[in-house]
Amino acid sequence: MHILSTIIEALPYILEGTLVTIVLVAGALSLGFCLGVPMAVAQVYAPRPAAMLVGFYVWFFRGVPVLLLLFLFYYGLFGLIGLDVGTIGASCIVLGMTSAAYQSQIFRGSILSLSAGQLKAGKALGMTNGQTIIHVILPQALRLSIPGWSNEYSILLKDSAMCFALGTPEIMARTHFVASRTYEHLPLYITAGLIYFAITMAGVTMLRRLEQKARIPGYNSAGM
Amino acid sequence: MNAPQNDTPILRAEHFSKYLTGRKILDDCSISMRPGDVKVLIGPSGAGKSTFLQCINCLLEPDEGEIWLGERRVDFKNTRELYDLRQHVGMIFQDFKLFDHLSAENNVALALRKVRGLSKAEALKRAHEELARVGLEDKAKLYPAQLSGGQKQRVAIARALAMDPTILLLDEPTSALDPELVGEVLTVIRDLAARGMPMIMVTHQMEFARAVATEILFMEAGHVIEQGSPEELLAPGAQTRTQDFCTRLYELCGETPVEEG
Amino acid sequence: MLDFLDINFLTGRVMPYLDRGLVMSLQLIIPAALIGGFIGVVMGVMRVFGTPWMRRGTDAVVAVIRGVPLTVQLMVLYFGLPSVPGLKIYLSPYAAALIGFIVCTASYQSEYVRGALLSIRQGQIRAAQALGMTRWQTILSVVVPQAVRRALPGCGNEIIYLVKYSSLAYIVTCIELTGEAKVLVSRTFRPTEVYLVAACYYLVMVSAATYLLAKLEKKLAIPGFGTQK
Repeated sequence: MHILSTIIEALPYILEGTLVTIVLVAGALSLGFCLGVPMAVAQVYAPRPAAMLVGFYVWFFRGVPVLLLLFLFYYGLFGLIGLDVGTIGASCIVLGMTSAAYQSQIFRGSILSLSAGQLKAGKALGMTNGQTIIHVILPQALRLSIPGWSNEYSILLKDSAMCFALGTPEIMARTHFVASRTYEHLPLYITAGLIYFAITMAGVTMLRRLEQKARIPGYNSAGM
Repeated sequence: MNAPQNDTPILRAEHFSKYLTGRKILDDCSISMRPGDVKVLIGPSGAGKSTFLQCINCLLEPDEGEIWLGERRVDFKNTRELYDLRQHVGMIFQDFKLFDHLSAENNVALALRKVRGLSKAEALKRAHEELARVGLEDKAKLYPAQLSGGQKQRVAIARALAMDPTILLLDEPTSALDPELVGEVLTVIRDLAARGMPMIMVTHQMEFARAVATEILFMEAGHVIEQGSPEELLAPGAQTRTQDFCTRLYELCGETPVEEG
Repeated sequence: MLDFLDINFLTGRVMPYLDRGLVMSLQLIIPAALIGGFIGVVMGVMRVFGTPWMRRGTDAVVAVIRGVPLTVQLMVLYFGLPSVPGLKIYLSPYAAALIGFIVCTASYQSEYVRGALLSIRQGQIRAAQALGMTRWQTILSVVVPQAVRRALPGCGNEIIYLVKYSSLAYIVTCIELTGEAKVLVSRTFRPTEVYLVAACYYLVMVSAATYLLAKLEKKLAIPGFGTQK
C-alpha cells in the first residue's frame, strides 16, 4: 500500500512532466516538419550544391547520437552564439533538428515514389516548377508520408526521454527525482513506462485516423 | 491380370475426397495413368480441378482415397513415402513458382542436389541439359525477374523434368501468360506428349486439349461427370456436357484456338 | 572559444580520453549486436513458426520493449532492480547497459526477421515440396536464403541505431564515449571542441557500418529480388 500511495502522491508531479514531454514532441515534430519539407524538396529538385548541403546535414544528424547532440548544442554551440532558450527550448530545438534529418528522408522517399509524369503534367498546364511542387507534388507526397511520420513520432517520443540528461523537467527527470527521494525506483519507472506506452499508442492511433481521413479513393503507394 | 506389363497403370488415384472448411470440394474422384496417357481436366472454375491435381502429389492431403504408384500403395502419412511420391510426380504451377533467389540453372539444380544428392557440378550439368531441352540454354544464368513469363514456365518445366518424374501434373500452365507467350510453352508440352511423358493437365486451351489428350475428364462441383476420348466427347453433334461447356467457353470468353508450331 | 588549431589540446588531451571511451563503446556495441542479433532471430522465428502461446508471449514482450524508451528500460535495470525487496539484484553499470541493449536490439531485430519470414510467399514453399524436398531442406535452401536478404536492410539499420543508442550507457554511469566526453568537459570547460570531436568518432563508426552493410547487401543482391515487396 505504501508503494501505491507513493505513486499516487507523485502522479500529479509526473503528469506535469508528461505535459512537458508532449510539448517537446509536438514542438520537435513541427520544427522537423518545417525544416524537413524544404530540405526534401531541395534534395530532389535543387541544384547539386544545395542538395549536397542537405545531404551533409542529414548525414551529420543521423550519424551522431541524440544525447551527444543535446550536450553539444546545449553546453557548447548555443552558448557560443549567445542563444539562451532554457532546457525545454534547447531540447525542443535539438530534437527538432534531428527529426528534420529523418523527416526529410521520409518526404524525399515519397517524392521519389511519385511518377515523373506528375511534374510533366503540371508543366504542360503552364504551371511553374514551384507551383507544381506545391500544388501537385507535395499534396501527394505528404499523404504517402503519414505512415513514416507516425513511426517518426513514436521514435521522437522515446528519444525525448534522453532530455532528462540536460535536466529538462519532463517525465523521466521528474520520475528520477521522486525515485531518488522515495527509493521506490521500480514502481515509479514502471509508471513512467506506462505513461510513455499510453502516449505512443494514443498518437499512433490518431495518425492512423488522419491517414484514413486523408485517403483518396483508389490512391495508395501500392497502386502506383 | 492378362494385361501386358506395360499396360499396368503407373499411377492410380482412387476415390479421392477432400473437405475444405466443412465443404466437400472433391467427391470420390479417381484417375488412372498408363504409359503415354495425356489426360486433361476441364470444367468451370470451382469444380475442384486444381484440388484434385494437388491431391495427386499430396500438396493437399486427400481426406479419403488411395494413391498407387505402380503396384505399391503410397502411405502418405509416412513422410519418407510422401517425399518419394513427390519425386515421382512432377508439378507445373499456373504461377511458375520459381525460386526467386536462384538463377534459372540453380532453380533446376537445387532439388537435384538436395533431394537426389548430386554434386554441384553434376547437378548443373544436368540442369543445362534440361534447359537446352526447353530451348533456354542461353538463359541459364538469369534470375526469374529477368525472364519473361513464357521463359519462366519453361524453366519450371525443366526443373520438374530434371527429377525424372514418371508423370507430370500441369495446373493451368499457360493461363498466367500473355497471349503471345502461350505458344512457346504449349510447344514444349506437346513435345513432351509426343515423347510419351504421361501427363495430367488442367487447362482451358480446348484446341490444344483436343489435339494432345488421350482422355478428357469433365469436372463439376467436385465430381468427374464425363470421361472419354476427345473424339467421343467433342464429336460434332455429341450431346455432352463437355461440348456444351466448350461452346460456352468460346462464346463467353471469346477464346480462340491458339495456333502453335 | 573555438580553437580548433590547438592541435596539442585535441591530440594530447581529448583523443586519449575519447579513445578510452571508444573502447568501452565497442565493448558494448559488439556483444550487444551479436547476442541481440542472435536472440532477435530466435524470437522472430518463434513469432512466425511458434505455438500460439509462444507467439503471443513474444509479441507482447516486443510490444512493451518497443513502446517504452530505452532510457526507462536502463533505469529499471540499474536503479529499479536493486530497489525490489527480497530480490536485491545489483547490476554493474556495464552489465545494466549491456543487458538493456541486448533486450532492446533483440526486440527490434525480431521485428525485421518476422517481417522477412512473413514476406516469403507460400508458393515458394509449395514449389520445394512439389520437388520432394523435406521440411528442413525447404527451410534451409529456400526460406532462409530469401529471408536473410529481405531482413538485411532493416537489421543493418538496427545495428546503426545500436551504435548511436550505446551513448545511453552514460545514463547508468557506464562511462563510454559520450561519458568520457562529458567528464572531460567538466575538467576542461571546452564543451564545443570536445563534443564535436566525440561526434566525429560516432560519425566514423556509423559511416563505416553503413558502408560495410551496403557492401554486404550488394554482394548478396539478386536481380529483381527484394525490389518488389
